[in-house]
Amino acid sequence: MEKSLNWGEFVITRLIRASGYSAIIFVALIFFFLVREGLPTFGEVDISSLTNIRWYPIEDRFGILPLITGSLIVTIGATLIAVPFGIGTAIYISEIAPRWMREILKPLVELLGGLPSVVLGFLGILVLSPFLRVFLDLPTGLTAFTGSLLLGGIAVPTVVSVAEDALDAVPRAYREGAWALGATRWQTIWRVTLPAARSGVLTAIMLGVGRAIGETMTVMMVTGNAPVLAVHLGSLFSPVRTMTATIAAEMGEVASGSTHYHVLFFIGMVLFLISLGVNIAASSVVFRAKKRAERILS
Amino acid sequence: MKRALIFFLLSFLTLTSCSLKSTSNPSSDSSALYIENKGSDTIVNLALAWAERYQSEHPDVRISVTGGGSGTGIASLINGTVDIANASRKIKQEEIDEAQANGVSPVEFIVARDAIVVIVNPENPVDQLTLKQISDIYSGKYNNWSEVGGDDRPIVRLSRETNSGTHVYFLETVLRLGNSEDETLFSMDTLLLPSSEGIIAEVRQNPNAIGYDGLGYVPDDLKMIAIAKEEGGAYVLPSIPTVNDKTYPIARDLYMYTDGEPTGVIKEYLEWILSAEAQEIVAELGFVPVGGE
Repeated sequence: MEKSLNWGEFVITRLIRASGYSAIIFVALIFFFLVREGLPTFGEVDISSLTNIRWYPIEDRFGILPLITGSLIVTIGATLIAVPFGIGTAIYISEIAPRWMREILKPLVELLGGLPSVVLGFLGILVLSPFLRVFLDLPTGLTAFTGSLLLGGIAVPTVVSVAEDALDAVPRAYREGAWALGATRWQTIWRVTLPAARSGVLTAIMLGVGRAIGETMTVMMVTGNAPVLAVHLGSLFSPVRTMTATIAAEMGEVASGSTHYHVLFFIGMVLFLISLGVNIAASSVVFRAKKRAERILS
Repeated sequence: MKRALIFFLLSFLTLTSCSLKSTSNPSSDSSALYIENKGSDTIVNLALAWAERYQSEHPDVRISVTGGGSGTGIASLINGTVDIANASRKIKQEEIDEAQANGVSPVEFIVARDAIVVIVNPENPVDQLTLKQISDIYSGKYNNWSEVGGDDRPIVRLSRETNSGTHVYFLETVLRLGNSEDETLFSMDTLLLPSSEGIIAEVRQNPNAIGYDGLGYVPDDLKMIAIAKEEGGAYVLPSIPTVNDKTYPIARDLYMYTDGEPTGVIKEYLEWILSAEAQEIVAELGFVPVGGE
């Protein structure tokens, strides 16, 4: 009896460990695949050509700078919208809203997160972009800003959901301590609850940014896909082409094994490295903050 | 396994047109005749309409139609995975070489004609342009509609994605005016939209926009531009007669390619496609029928 229990435990432990390791294995495999398909780029295309500002693959012009700046500008715009809005909503739901309001808001936000991005893209083309063109007096409404707004909207539910959980997990005693010291409600939120939930809130931001930079369908539909180098603020209000939209639009038609094919995988590699960089930066911030907190407490 | 998959796709395809006959003995006769047809997205709707009609008249024949682009279709023909490749451009010399290296000899059929229509918003007062003017608009030389006789508005250029056969055709015929030495490219700020629908939606609501699309896809509420081949020449609006008498300058042939001279059911199908009955469908879909072949 006891033996079989041990045996069951043995199996379950191994299974759990295997699923833990599988995440690492999958990431490693994906990266290996990207590198295998992407690295031949260096043999086929000059570095000077890759850093060119012209992306026109059917004439062998593979300048990927416009695509990188396009992705960055759309993602930064989306982050600037999603982070304040998302964390604000999370604070409202977790700290301020009365119970009944909370019970309506939370499922609604999660429902928003389940909206297919192609639906948002459709709304973007038919409603948002015509509106922005007239409202901001732009030549066209298919701009990086339109993409940022929609991506912000896509990232908000992720940010809200995770940040709200983190705020909720802050022990009630923290808030009561702050109130006992005479802090106002705002002071409690800003100086006590939010810093205490810092690590979770940062995770929320990270996941939101990840959602924004990796999103494909919506940006392909609303950003106009013009591969223009986006270097100044005005670029936010003109069309851009993102890395994800480029891969999605061109991968279907490309001859497997051609230079264009390898460059598309190379773009995938760059995208992967950017995501990895964002992740490492954010977790090192969390790690440092945690160490500091431990030092103060000890 | 593969056959089952194809059958599944086909029965899905023919759901609307075939009824009892195709379902009464679905898999019993192994002599059911399959035709794999793949290629240009420009032709895909037409090819589907043909396949549906043909299958309703010949229940023993199953035709599977997929899009993906002219390049994809020809590549599949070279790899031997399709019977008929659809292309909105002529096969390239490199592709012929590659095919022959693979033991495939492509045979060409012109199955319909297509005209590319330049469209603007109805609010735009411009209604005629020369080919050279359109080329200069798309290459970025003109940036304001007032330079070609319109209002003082910025020009927003819309194009299909680079993998679209229509994009390549427009580049070669309009931007480069048919000159193969010319290296003119689309202006960098040209919006590359992934679908015909995207272009039509943007032109419909944006008076600054100029776009192009196949004659078959342009709805009535957009303005078509009359085009002159040279300055001083006659401006011609796109229509079936002007495409057929070759006065409209941006029109092209649409092709089907087979491996070697077709035989059996493929031959019958291609002969039917060139018949008056099938060419009627061409006209219904907004393409231009080929006559006399």
